[in-house]
Amino acid sequence: MKPAVPAIELRGITKTFGKVVANKNVDLTVNRGEILSVLGENGSGKTTLMNMISGIYYPDSGEILVDGKEVSIRSPKDAFDLKIGMIHQHFKLVDIFTATENIILGLKDEKGFDVKRASAEIKETCEKYGFEIDLNKKIYEMSVSEKQTVEIVKVLYRGADILILDEPTAVLTPQETQTLFSVLRTMRDYGNAIVIITHKLHEVLELSDRVAVLRKGEHVGSVVTAQADESSLTQMMVGKKISLDIERSEPKNPTDRLVVENLNCVNREGVKVIEDISFTARAGEILGIAGVSGSGQRELLEAIAGLQKLTDGKITYINPKTGTHDNLRNKTPLQIRNLGVRLSFVPEDRLGMGLVGNMDIIDNMMLRSYQKGHSLFLQRKAPRDLAERIISELDVVTPDANTPVRRLSGGNVQKVLVGREISSAPTVLMVAYPVRGLDINSSYTIYNLLNRQKDSGTAVIFVGEDLDVLIELCDKILILCGGKISGIVDGRTATKEEIGLAMTKYSGGERE
Amino acid sequence: MKNSKNLSEPLIRLSKNDAMPPWKAWCVRAGAVVAAFIVCAFIIVILTGYNPIEVYVAMFKGSFGTSGKFWFMLQKTAILLCISLAVTPAFKMRFWNIGAEGQVLVGGLATAACMIYLDDALPTVLLIPVMIAASVLAGIIWALIPAVFKATFNTNETLFTLMMNYVAIQLVSCFVTIWEKPKGSNTVGIINAMSEIGWLPTIFGKKYLLNVIIVIGITIFMYIYLKYSKHGYEISVVGESENTAKYIGINVKKVIMRTMALSGAICGVAGLLIIAGTNHTISSNIVGGQGFTAIMVSWLAKFNPAVMVLTSFILTFLGRGASEIATTFRLNESISEILTGVILFFIIGSEFFINYKINFRTKHIEEDKK
Amino acid sequence: MITLIFGFLRQAIIQGIPLIFGSTGEILTEKSGNLNLGIPGIMYMGGISGVIGAFFYEKYGDVSNVFLCVLIPFLASLAGSALMAFIYSFLTITLRANQNVTGLALTTFGVGVGNFFGGSLSSLFGGSGGTIALNVTGNYFKTTLPFADKLGLFGSTFLSFGFLAYLAIAIALTASLILNRTRIGLNLRAVGESPATADAAGINVTLYKYLATCIGGAIAGLGGLYFVMDYIGGAWTNNGFGDRGWLAIALVIFVIWKPKFSIPGAILFGGLYIIYIYIPEFTGMALARSSQELFNMLPYVVTIIVLCLTSMRKKREQQPPMSLGLSYFREER
Repeated sequence: MKPAVPAIELRGITKTFGKVVANKNVDLTVNRGEILSVLGENGSGKTTLMNMISGIYYPDSGEILVDGKEVSIRSPKDAFDLKIGMIHQHFKLVDIFTATENIILGLKDEKGFDVKRASAEIKETCEKYGFEIDLNKKIYEMSVSEKQTVEIVKVLYRGADILILDEPTAVLTPQETQTLFSVLRTMRDYGNAIVIITHKLHEVLELSDRVAVLRKGEHVGSVVTAQADESSLTQMMVGKKISLDIERSEPKNPTDRLVVENLNCVNREGVKVIEDISFTARAGEILGIAGVSGSGQRELLEAIAGLQKLTDGKITYINPKTGTHDNLRNKTPLQIRNLGVRLSFVPEDRLGMGLVGNMDIIDNMMLRSYQKGHSLFLQRKAPRDLAERIISELDVVTPDANTPVRRLSGGNVQKVLVGREISSAPTVLMVAYPVRGLDINSSYTIYNLLNRQKDSGTAVIFVGEDLDVLIELCDKILILCGGKISGIVDGRTATKEEIGLAMTKYSGGERE
Repeated sequence: MKNSKNLSEPLIRLSKNDAMPPWKAWCVRAGAVVAAFIVCAFIIVILTGYNPIEVYVAMFKGSFGTSGKFWFMLQKTAILLCISLAVTPAFKMRFWNIGAEGQVLVGGLATAACMIYLDDALPTVLLIPVMIAASVLAGIIWALIPAVFKATFNTNETLFTLMMNYVAIQLVSCFVTIWEKPKGSNTVGIINAMSEIGWLPTIFGKKYLLNVIIVIGITIFMYIYLKYSKHGYEISVVGESENTAKYIGINVKKVIMRTMALSGAICGVAGLLIIAGTNHTISSNIVGGQGFTAIMVSWLAKFNPAVMVLTSFILTFLGRGASEIATTFRLNESISEILTGVILFFIIGSEFFINYKINFRTKHIEEDKK
Repeated sequence: MITLIFGFLRQAIIQGIPLIFGSTGEILTEKSGNLNLGIPGIMYMGGISGVIGAFFYEKYGDVSNVFLCVLIPFLASLAGSALMAFIYSFLTITLRANQNVTGLALTTFGVGVGNFFGGSLSSLFGGSGGTIALNVTGNYFKTTLPFADKLGLFGSTFLSFGFLAYLAIAIALTASLILNRTRIGLNLRAVGESPATADAAGINVTLYKYLATCIGGAIAGLGGLYFVMDYIGGAWTNNGFGDRGWLAIALVIFVIWKPKFSIPGAILFGGLYIIYIYIPEFTGMALARSSQELFNMLPYVVTIIVLCLTSMRKKREQQPPMSLGLSYFREER
């Protein structure tokens, strides 16, 4: 092996946002001619760290060295001058521009401004690496994978030799992922330094030469991939070796609660996002939903909650008290509630949908209950009691109930949200990625809450990303792929391989 | 070896500051006002050569000197406050209604129409309720048009409401030529000058007292409405996050339209107070830009109706005081707009120091020690 | 009849010129994501700065020097309005203040400055007081192409304007060219659409916003200068400029943020502004004075219709710049 030539060295990098420490004293080296995976759970500070290299954030303290020289990266322009290119998870593209215009954006013209010539040059770059892309297409007409291709071509065209990719495969089909990997390998062989941020272990093992693991904002260590395996990496990621050991009780006389038949829905651009989905959620069971992110999970839950218009299908709710069957299709959340359906929903976007960041905990409690009664005025007594109860029962760390929830940490925000949603004794509880960004203890608090709901006869629908959790927590697991169901397995007998395979069964996934 | 140009940390870096305690924030704002007055003093000296202290004293005397002046000032504040209260619920919803000028104007137009056409038809006891209904309705219509488009097609409400102002102004100009009295004067004159039909009554011998009482009522109503009513809560939720509103089953379109209707209704009342309660005439510039000033009043008060009492008072005082000194020192009246502008710049700018923290470079000091 | 139509066209163009300046300036500003509602104030400032420049030059300078007589008010106007736009930029870009509130405050301030100096400039500097009349400078500004009269109807309709009129058209066309055909334009449009993207692409967002707003302000200010120097002929009447500043903002929407369309758009608006004078002559019917005011309403009404139609059609290219009205802070989380 050749001696490692460091492209980037980080020394003692610390970054805080308010009271939240995103990165703490991180030392990290990226070498030329290697692919480095930065591995960590959601919220472990991977993206923040990389954003400091690409000039989006400025570190509070610490040093960054590029090619052995200490540098100060104050803006993305500085990063670009140092030949550092980052492909963000949320694409930085101007929607109403064409691919070419986006690619040449911000460049200096040495021979005058000429879109046509630039277009020809970009075409060369594309051909060299085997990208297929219509350079005159507007971004808003493109699929997600096309947009990502534009992003990568942009960085390559600019001659970056240090390439950072933030979870690039989350939105790609398996074939697209393979294409991307081969491009990255080619680039590495040219001597470039490549950093890929991910939390998918199999990708780390397949692609990278070295792995750096972050945990809670700290760099816990780097290993050569050849000497690592899934369990050793997991161990580094989560800290101590944990067999999850989530308690799972046997379902007690499960009955059908929610019957979903042939759901179809299209997004704003008219693309099908869920297709012919049918399943039954039973009371006293946890139904897991697995899939690569963006496979239609969000739309599915929102359709049930009355937030998505369906093009076809039927959602039948079987009322446990009266035994009546109600069709929830295309009803608004309010109409659903007025039918007497106690449906609770913990959405993926906690502060953007489930809670109002600028309101205090009490007012956030009120979101679900304020409409009750005929009075024109708000009743703050009950929500205050509820807030106090949730704070004490779920150990929410907050100065008091009058604190705006945006000041709370991620885990505490989630406790407030889940606490509110289960407080109404729901008959159906839907949760989307409830432990994303949470520490282990908080995660277990959430698992226990879900199990308690299950035992009390609620039909729980759990959308998760961690297969181990799904397998240990859920009674039944439904696997989505490209908006379609690609498998339904029993949580007690299923294997990760089986689920993982089903997750990538169809070549769908071209959507946000 | 080190590239010193690349090495230097930016001299000033910004970060968000969520947690400034309210008292500190108000100190910053007060400081901004003081600084603004100092700058204004320089402007006064440079432009006029007068001693600014004298000018400020004159301003004060001009606004509060006599009971008549005081009442005039109070009534001006009441009108401005009324319009500010009207725009506030829309702003809380993040609906930039900058069309208050037009909404007030059409409210006034409806009032004037009632006064002119119904002066013989109805006794005053009945006429005034009709006038109220007409002005409120006119304000609602003017506010609802952009609201419907915003709710249905997401049409840019800032630009829409702005345009509606000028439609209203032209509409009023049009009616002024129809109603003009005497012919050729291009003014309407005092409506029902002799009979005083449709004039809001004078109570306790004070000409503007009724106006003031009505506005106090609206202030209390708005404070309670925004803070303790379910509607007010819905407005906050829609303003903070439309997704959350949908998630909990709030009909966002309905809230937008309902809130704008309320906004327009209160603007209509303001129009009524201006026409029937104060000026008893109408012209296209009778609102005099207060529809725009109200936006600043509301924004400076952080959309809190109680604080708006103070901010509307300050802005009225500036306008009044400056026009008083203009007479006293034989200056051009427009100096009040200049001073108001400067003070606004300072207050607007001061928000930055409340919302952001400025971190000065510290690194080079350590470097020196090495 | 032909003479009448051409006469009308000429008047429409005259009315349209300040709007071309105003809307072109505002388009540049809005393309950077700044909704500058201070444009009416800036146009007042542009006018009064020119007046101040001319006042002092006529007082102390050599009025037979045509070049300086024109250049000094011109530069004064540019400087005055750019300064106003700079205040706006500093507050909204650096201090990240609310754009609507800042713009409205700027308009208050600008109109105040305009009317203050317009009303008391001569009394402040030892004159007789009263209104200002800068006939000499005004006449220089009104000077038309020497051969305009000799070209008959065409000459009198299209060539009989002062140089500022042609400058307006040149600026609008140049702005269009810069926005659509150059690197700077591409970058600027990116800043207005998505500052985060532009930033990530290495564009200095702050610099672009400042420059676009200040240059836009300076251009808009020339509209005020044209009005006082050419249209009025070197005099100041308080509030004489009227609502033309707002009309310019309306025009921006009407031409869906495309400067080249603002030339015909401004002439159309100008025509609508004065058509009431010509209706009796065109049709032979007398026009009630009340309907004049309704005709003056037309530009705003058509703007509203355009605004509604574009939002209903939802065509991406015809929407306002995506980040219009928002301030940009890179470390926002």
